[in-house]
Amino acid sequence: MRIHPVGATALLLECPPAEVEAWRAELWRRRAAGDLTATEIVPGERTVLLDGVATPAEVIAGWAPPPPASDVSVEIISIPIVYDGPDLPTIAALWSMPVPAVISLLTDTEFHVAFCGFSPGFGYLTGLPASRAVPRLASPRTSVPAGSVGLAGRYAGIYPTASPGGWQLVGRTDVALFDVDRDPPALLTPGTVVRLVAA
Amino acid sequence: MTAVPTGGPAGDGVTAVLAVVRAGALTTVQDLGRPGYAHLGVPRSGALDLPALRRANGLVGNPAGAAVLETTLMGCAFRLPEGGLVAVTGAAAEVTVAGVPVSRDVAVNVPPGGLVEIGRATAGVRSYVAVAGGIAVAPVLGSRSTDTLSGLGPPRLRNGDLLPLGQPGSADPAAAGEDVAGPDVTWAASAADRLPSPPGAPVAETDAGSSGPASDFDGVIVLPVRLGPRDAWFTPEAVETLLTTAYTISPNSNRVGARLAGAALARAVAGELPSEGVVLGAVQVPADGQPLIFLADHPTTGGYPVIAVVTDVTALAQARPGSTVRFHGPQR
Repeated sequence: MRIHPVGATALLLECPPAEVEAWRAELWRRRAAGDLTATEIVPGERTVLLDGVATPAEVIAGWAPPPPASDVSVEIISIPIVYDGPDLPTIAALWSMPVPAVISLLTDTEFHVAFCGFSPGFGYLTGLPASRAVPRLASPRTSVPAGSVGLAGRYAGIYPTASPGGWQLVGRTDVALFDVDRDPPALLTPGTVVRLVAA
Repeated sequence: MTAVPTGGPAGDGVTAVLAVVRAGALTTVQDLGRPGYAHLGVPRSGALDLPALRRANGLVGNPAGAAVLETTLMGCAFRLPEGGLVAVTGAAAEVTVAGVPVSRDVAVNVPPGGLVEIGRATAGVRSYVAVAGGIAVAPVLGSRSTDTLSGLGPPRLRNGDLLPLGQPGSADPAAAGEDVAGPDVTWAASAADRLPSPPGAPVAETDAGSSGPASDFDGVIVLPVRLGPRDAWFTPEAVETLLTTAYTISPNSNRVGARLAGAALARAVAGELPSEGVVLGAVQVPADGQPLIFLADHPTTGGYPVIAVVTDVTALAQARPGSTVRFHGPQR
């Protein structure tokens, strides 16, 4: 784990991608316990950003690496998906398998919310093998409906609101991904385990 | 007429309204923003010129975090059917109340039905208009700010909107924990804020010395920066260029970011940066090499390398397109 200063009031912890969730959970725990003062704890692909941090970098650097993140006793969120996305044939061609096999592969995958971004409640879901990485659309759609399930790179994601988007669409859901009257407002928070089941 | 929902159940004391007559180019409700949700992809949002927000609130006796109007270049106009106390800070612009020119940076009594007009900015970009009691639209995730990136918070003002106002002097739930400045404190702070900075001095990292009189907006904008976290992704020449050459504020700038035009910054490391969390003031360099400085409505994560971080973005809130910017560094 390496720590980069970011401006005057933030630190960026860099670690192997497999350790990000463990560090995120550990930093969350330490903040709750009062060992860490930070306004934001934001995981990325191989980093955790601490913004508005008052705890010195030297103190954080001295913390023992956390144990690996464990799925045991973690609640699994199942999201019903209608697999009728316009890009399913493209994915099927990329993966050299029929469309039903693509759907089976997606429904059989245990996804993890690695980090959020792009828009409130949009979780970057990992779990697909590297060999299943897919390119973004060469030309993004000007409008992707809310609830659309897409693939890009090695990630899956669900658009919480209608927006332009360049991910390859495989399906859709009616489940609300983001609700400001809910606590937490996002259904998919970092560390959550997700299954994209067939509706 | 469109009534924007109030913060609490009907009849809890929110009676007064602000009636929008001329919404202007982009006038939004802003407060201190909604920190604490970046891990869910929720931008911080909030007033771009925070010292001006605090000063306007202080002048009318509001908590520092009460919601105000933030105008963009063209000002705005509204009526207060019940009358009230108003203060305008930020950009230099002509302000009239019931047709009478009034000073900025002072609290002004508006008679019932009085029209408040904030004219086109003659220097700077954004005016901050505080009304005693604060704008009392419903808070979203603890803030009444309009987030132009995600769409959270109230919509931008439109002609004919009716915005609810809070009770003057009452505690603002969204601003709990903020100090309520008394009138004496307010005047003292305001006077100190209006002291001009010495020529060529770097922008102060505190509230004082920014967004005061028009003269503060003139000349080259000097932005204090610290290099990193991804300066190693750029050539040493690019880092030197960033710190030694002038950039121009692009017309494409907005609440998400100030886009700069100037010498392109060359990468030493090719390829995509894995997405990582970004902070206010991050100087991100997209593929075209032209830097972009993230402001309040910035996305929470990004995949372009951040070469440096501007440690006080206040001056950018008032930077007009075409303004010259220089970076002052490099503190590591």
